[in-house]
Amino acid sequence: MVNSDLQVAPQVAVPIIEVSHVSTRFGEAVVHEDVSLTILRGEIFAIAGGNGCGKSTLMREIVGLQEPTSGSTRLFGVDSQLLRDGQPQENHRRFGVMFQQGALFSSLTLAENVAVPLKEHTQLSPEMIHDIVALKIALVGLPSESATKYPNELSGGMRRRAALARAIVMDPELLFLDEPTAGLDPIMAAGFDELVMQLKALLGLTVVMVTHDLDSLWRISDRVAVLGHGKVLGIGTMQELSRSNDPLIREYFHGPRGRAAESQHKEGTWNPESTTL
Amino acid sequence: MAESAQGERASLTIGQDEALHCTGPWTLQHLPDLERAVAILSWPRSNELLCDAGRITAMDTGGAVMLYRTVMQLRRQGRHVSVEGLRAEFAELLRMVSANWDRIEVAPATKSGRMEQFHRMISGQAKQAVRALGFIGESTVGVWRLLKRPSLIRWRALLRSLELDGFNALPITGLLAFLIGVVISYQGAEQLRKFGTNIFVVDLVGISLLREISPLIVAILIAGRSGSAYAAQIGTMKVTEELDAVQTLGLSPMQLLVLPRVFALMLILPLLTVYADGLGVFGGMLIASNQLHVSFTEFVMRFEEAVALRHFLIGIGKAPFFAVIIALVGCYQGFQIRGGVDDVGRHTTTSVVQSIFLVIVFDALCSILLSWWNL
Repeated sequence: MVNSDLQVAPQVAVPIIEVSHVSTRFGEAVVHEDVSLTILRGEIFAIAGGNGCGKSTLMREIVGLQEPTSGSTRLFGVDSQLLRDGQPQENHRRFGVMFQQGALFSSLTLAENVAVPLKEHTQLSPEMIHDIVALKIALVGLPSESATKYPNELSGGMRRRAALARAIVMDPELLFLDEPTAGLDPIMAAGFDELVMQLKALLGLTVVMVTHDLDSLWRISDRVAVLGHGKVLGIGTMQELSRSNDPLIREYFHGPRGRAAESQHKEGTWNPESTTL
Repeated sequence: MAESAQGERASLTIGQDEALHCTGPWTLQHLPDLERAVAILSWPRSNELLCDAGRITAMDTGGAVMLYRTVMQLRRQGRHVSVEGLRAEFAELLRMVSANWDRIEVAPATKSGRMEQFHRMISGQAKQAVRALGFIGESTVGVWRLLKRPSLIRWRALLRSLELDGFNALPITGLLAFLIGVVISYQGAEQLRKFGTNIFVVDLVGISLLREISPLIVAILIAGRSGSAYAAQIGTMKVTEELDAVQTLGLSPMQLLVLPRVFALMLILPLLTVYADGLGVFGGMLIASNQLHVSFTEFVMRFEEAVALRHFLIGIGKAPFFAVIIALVGCYQGFQIRGGVDDVGRHTTTSVVQSIFLVIVFDALCSILLSWWNL
């Protein structure tokens, strides 16, 4: 929800997520070892790192879907593990999650999928719900004809957008995106980045995204945490990280793709100011 | 959130000056109350309305939609409405709503008439019948190919199916057959004792079990146990695009998935039926000696003369047909799965219901035909 105090002073560093000393093991395999980080209100925070370094696992732990082996994660100042069975409800309303495959309910149409949180958590009239849902569907750039389609009739990119619409339908303060641009074409991926920026500006969102997409990292992230070997290798802005001496971070950001994304960013082909509504 | 915690309420009131006053947090949480209040509001008559939005303390997209809707509703009535005093960030939200509004489809989905529903139902049934016929044809062609080139038989899949659907089903089938034997014998015992014709319990148990009940019980059990699994397995493979992978790798789903299962069940069902016959009769025998004082030796001697071989053969003979029905229906329903998760559940259920239905229909036909031929 829009919080006017924060809009006046967005720079106030209020932690919204605190991850402290989290270790995760699956049997013998160590995923995280003593990971700590803090995510502040109003920032776009990216969690980056190679395949299988536990980015998504960390996100699942933050939203309480999975229990860390040791350590704790706090969301809005409350232990994430207490978020069970829809309780406490106020906290569940305050964040939205977009899963990698969309995770749309296959028995419901797109519009019904987006309407689920509104129907379950508010007593709005059907007309009002219809209007809000239609607005969100338009906002994520889906054509209105697609509203009555079922998820298996939608393309992958459309499903991703629909999932985003469902995640933001309650106007959450905090949005989790799991690999939002993976598998999208470059135009759509850029469009998605732009959409996230727009939503952040309009709704005062805090965004936590798990991503590999170097273009996205350069374009929209305020801060990035790079995970590797079960630890946080570095946290900072992309500029700071690109100057890092850590060999893994260097490899990650200064590979051929990383350099291309960086040079594109510096040439200024992306200009957030040009974002229009 | 902070504002709403203080118990402030969103409201839209009409002041003395006939201006609209919007106050409080216009957020999702407060919208239902606001919506109810606005619905019963009587608007002033004047054509020039001023909407003072300066005291809105918080707004989200829901609130913006509410404000926009209200203003648009008034404008549609031919009034001029101007919104004033809205905070910059809320004005931005309102602009976003209005920019996207014309892309919103207002007309709800059209309701289909009764004739149209009827038409859709009939044409759906017809299409399904055609598809089912096509599937039967396809599998017949598949069998024909296999007969011409027996080297195409997938032995691994066949053996695995034999283990999963046959060997692993032994305990439950045995227990059920035994219990059915016990039940029939018990129920018969009551009646037979009245007439002092205790020995006829052998005829009752022997003929009914061997000829009808064992094959049916086995078929129903396997339909529930394996037929449903076939539908779910093939359906999930379809959803996860594994079936497409099979096809692009130049393999035939028919040879790989359907025929091994059909052949396996054709072997399994007669064998399980014999096994169920044995255990069922044993169950009957126990009760006969216990309740009717028909000893095991008497029972077996009477069994030889009373139960003709044809009863046993008819029972066994029906089993492979039941097998074909169960396997084909299960696989067919699996291939029909199109959408996602709940399609799998629906078709799995359908496969069980349909195969049990068809098995019983087939059994009834057999009974009628065989009684014509006096068998």
